[in-house]
Amino acid sequence: MIQARTLTRTFRVGKEVIEAVRGVDLDVAEGELVAFLGPNGAGKSTTLRMLTSLLPPTSGTAIVDGVDVTRDPAGVRRRIGYIGQKEGAGHNYRVWDELRMQGLFYGMTPRDAAHRGEELLESLDLADLRMRKVSSLSGGQKRRLDIAMGLIHAPRLLFLDEPSTGMDPQNRANLWDHIMRIRREHGTTIVLTTHYLEEADTMAERVIIIDHGKIIADDTADALKRQQAGDRLIVVVPASQVDLARDQLDGATNGMETQPTAEGIALSLKVTAAAHAVPQVLGRLAAGGVEVVAASAKQPTLDDVFLNLTGRSLRDGDA
Amino acid sequence: MPSMRSSDAAEKLESGSKLPAASLAANCHTKFGRLRFEPKTGLSAELLVDIRNVWWRESLLIVRDPFTLVFSLIQPLVFLALFGPLLTGVASETPFGGESTLQWFLPGVVVMITMFGTSMTGANLQFEIMTGSFERILATPLARPALVIGRALKELTPLVAQAAIITLVAVPFGFQLFPLHVVVGLLMLGVFGIGVGALSYALAIAARKTEWIFWAVQQSLLFPLLILSGMMLPLETGPAWMQALSRLNPLTYIVNAERVLFAGMVGMEVVYGFVAAFATAVIGLLVGVRAIRQATI
Repeated sequence: MIQARTLTRTFRVGKEVIEAVRGVDLDVAEGELVAFLGPNGAGKSTTLRMLTSLLPPTSGTAIVDGVDVTRDPAGVRRRIGYIGQKEGAGHNYRVWDELRMQGLFYGMTPRDAAHRGEELLESLDLADLRMRKVSSLSGGQKRRLDIAMGLIHAPRLLFLDEPSTGMDPQNRANLWDHIMRIRREHGTTIVLTTHYLEEADTMAERVIIIDHGKIIADDTADALKRQQAGDRLIVVVPASQVDLARDQLDGATNGMETQPTAEGIALSLKVTAAAHAVPQVLGRLAAGGVEVVAASAKQPTLDDVFLNLTGRSLRDGDA
Repeated sequence: MPSMRSSDAAEKLESGSKLPAASLAANCHTKFGRLRFEPKTGLSAELLVDIRNVWWRESLLIVRDPFTLVFSLIQPLVFLALFGPLLTGVASETPFGGESTLQWFLPGVVVMITMFGTSMTGANLQFEIMTGSFERILATPLARPALVIGRALKELTPLVAQAAIITLVAVPFGFQLFPLHVVVGLLMLGVFGIGVGALSYALAIAARKTEWIFWAVQQSLLFPLLILSGMMLPLETGPAWMQALSRLNPLTYIVNAERVLFAGMVGMEVVYGFVAAFATAVIGLLVGVRAIRQATI
């Protein structure tokens, strides 16, 4: 569906040249759900805007649904749906007018546009709002209208730029229900950007981590966590027994970190499967006479992955 | 899959055609799309459809909210009611070519409405750029020139409606109406308004990152142009340098032509007026289309 090779984009701000995207290679197969994850300013949106033909690349090539984005940008636009970061519907228009006009903009006949528009109003819970002015809609309703407009021509490939930014958890869950249903029913290929870790983790099947304009990791969330972070088991032992514990755990202390806590010293161990490691480790410590104060298993998050890859936490830069 | 079939057909057509392959673009990858071959340049049927769609979306603002038209009439009516009588008082003689003040002043007010309305229209676009709806429209396959031409054409509707209403309002107060001449005058204003509207859109695109620049440029151009066109006060009594500047102002030719037409006459002024109107429209559309082609919002 998408083949991009060494996509690059630089911006000029005064005399400074900013390399927003520095050589992105990307292949997305039909039916995939891919999330670009990265901090603000990492180049996610710029990449997306090049793939959607809204921004010409400085160098490199991208073929989207068989069409070259630089040679035939209008051809790309016809084949894809794009839902941008900001509000897509004009504030002074009515819901139905915007939705119907969007269909006509894609070359649909008035009849097809009306028919498809009705379908989308119904499925996105917007049917009661058709004659309302866009400016009077709530944030969640506006977002659903954006989705409806992005889908009016039933694209096989849908791009979403930060679809849930600024939404409350309930609206976000609701939005995702809609997106997932569309995908289930139509097999739509979906490419989105997000800086919400949980969103990338739970929703996307494939996570592409992007930082400073480059792709630094690309895999399923589970695989990334397994390769880049791994489970951790944390046991708290009295300060006097740290060495004893270390002896008992001989061979398992690779990558061990210690940290003093109120109750003693916390030993953090890298393990392959935390759930299975808990009884083993506790057993060995008990056998050696170590009095374990507390024990917990920690599953890694994508933030741990990002931290491991870049030395920075994604949460720090989260706006 | 139907979409595959249509793109295959397009490829066959492309390879069998004598035209360079790049000049044909195949459409239809979606259930609703239609196959279309679109030359990259020139006015095609597709472009006309796109222009019509953009024009209609803009016009919906008036269709759904016709009161905005009524409110925009208040300012010109104030000018007509409060400024007109003062002119009569100042001019004890008849500096207005022997006509009544109203007959002389009304065409100027009509031109003023055109300038106010069309020069401000870029603000709508700027608002749409800022809120995001223009980006959504840019992401559709609409031809880029249609985005400016369709919007500019929409200026015709409110402009002609307002001018017609103002003219009719003035009739009971002694304005002598020459319907056919007025229609020709409004047509000229419509063509001129398309050009000014397109320039206003170009300005909005150029100033898309800083809102105040749009207003700063619009305001600092609008009043000098209006005053130097002799719209409000006759320039015949003004200094020579003002008269020289007014001859460089396209608006002068429009105002002069409108005065001749509204007085029920025809003359070379009308020809000059149409030349100025069409020149403004062509230049405006060229600048506007260029701006939108280069813009990455």
